[in-house]
Amino acid sequence: MSLAMGIVDLVTGQAKEAAAQKINLVELEVGRLAGVMVEALTFCFEAAARDTPAQGAQLEIVEVEGRARCLACETVFAADSLVMQCPKCGSYATDIVQGKELRVLSLIVDE
Amino acid sequence: MCDSCGCSQPDDAVTFTRPGGGAVGHGHHGPAGRVLKVEQDVLAKNAGIAAHNRDFFKARNIVALNLVSSPGSGKTTTLERTIRALKGTVEMAVIEGDQQTMLDADRINATGAPVIQVNTGAGCHLDADMVHRAMHQLDLGDNSLLFIENVGNLVCPAMFDLGEAAKVVIISVTEGDDKPLKYPAMFDAAAVCVINKIDLLPHVDFDLARCKEYARQVNHRLQFFEISATTGEGMSGWLDWLQQQL
Repeated sequence: MSLAMGIVDLVTGQAKEAAAQKINLVELEVGRLAGVMVEALTFCFEAAARDTPAQGAQLEIVEVEGRARCLACETVFAADSLVMQCPKCGSYATDIVQGKELRVLSLIVDE
Repeated sequence: MCDSCGCSQPDDAVTFTRPGGGAVGHGHHGPAGRVLKVEQDVLAKNAGIAAHNRDFFKARNIVALNLVSSPGSGKTTTLERTIRALKGTVEMAVIEGDQQTMLDADRINATGAPVIQVNTGAGCHLDADMVHRAMHQLDLGDNSLLFIENVGNLVCPAMFDLGEAAKVVIISVTEGDDKPLKYPAMFDAAAVCVINKIDLLPHVDFDLARCKEYARQVNHRLQFFEISATTGEGMSGWLDWLQQQL
C-alpha cells in the first residue's frame, strides 16, 4: 500500500507542476525481480488514488524481464526469479543486471 | 504489498505489456490527453532520506543494522542477549518497529540500552523517514551500534532502504528450511543471515545445511551465524562480527 501511495504522491506532484487537472494514465515500469505483485499494486493504486487527481487513472504496467550475469563464466542470462543459476556452468554466484526497476515512466493528463 | 491482496478486482484492471511493444492479449487503447515524461523511481523519496541517514551514521561512525525476519523468529531475544553480552564494551541503541504496543521496547529498556519504539499502525515495514525521526529522538553516541528491529515481515521490509550498513535476516529452525526460496527478496537484500534457536534442532525437522544451501542460491555473498539466543550457544561468532563492524 505504501508503494501505491508513493506512486500517487509522485504522479500528483508531477501533474500539479505541469498544471494538469486530471491524470488519465500512469505508465509504470516494473521489473520482474522487483518483488512487486502487480495485481496487488493495481488494487492498492485505485484505493490510494481516490480523491486525488489520479482517481480513476489507468495503471499501465510495462514489465521488464530479469537478467543476471554469472560471476564465474560471465554468461548473461534471463532470470525470472531471484534464485538465479547460470544455464551454462551451473553456478549460483550471479548478480542481477536488470529486473529491479520500479519507475513511473510517463503520464497522460488532461489540462 | 501485503495490505491488500487485490483479488476482488475485475480482470481488465490489469494490463500486460512487453517492453517496447503493445499490450498483450486484448487490444488496448490508451486514454487521450497530454503526455508527460516522468522517469522517476517510485522509491526515490525513501532512497533520498535513506542516503541522508547513511551520511549521518557514517559521519559519527554509527553502524546501523536493519534486523528483519518473520514474526517470532527471535529478533528481540537475540537483541537482549547481544546487548547484555556487549554492555560495557560497545555503546548500543535500538529502534524498535512494531505495528502496535511498547512490549519490545520495554524488554530492550530492561537491558539498559537506549530504545525508542516506532508503532507503524497498519504499516508492515519501517521506512527511512520513520528511522530518521526516531534516530533524532535517541541519544546516539559516536562509534556505536544502532540496531533497527524492523516489523516482523519477510516481504515488504526488503524493499525499503533505511540507511543501514547492512540488513541482517534472522530465521529460526522452527520455521521451514525452504524459507530462503519462498521469500528470496529478503535473503537477496541481506548481507548476514542469523539462524536462531539451534538448541531446538534435535526436536524439529529443519535441515541446517539445506537451508544455507537455499540461501546461498539466492545470495552467494551471505554470511551465516548459527545461534541460540536462549542458551547462548554460537553467540560468540555473532558478537565478534558485531565488534569488528565498528
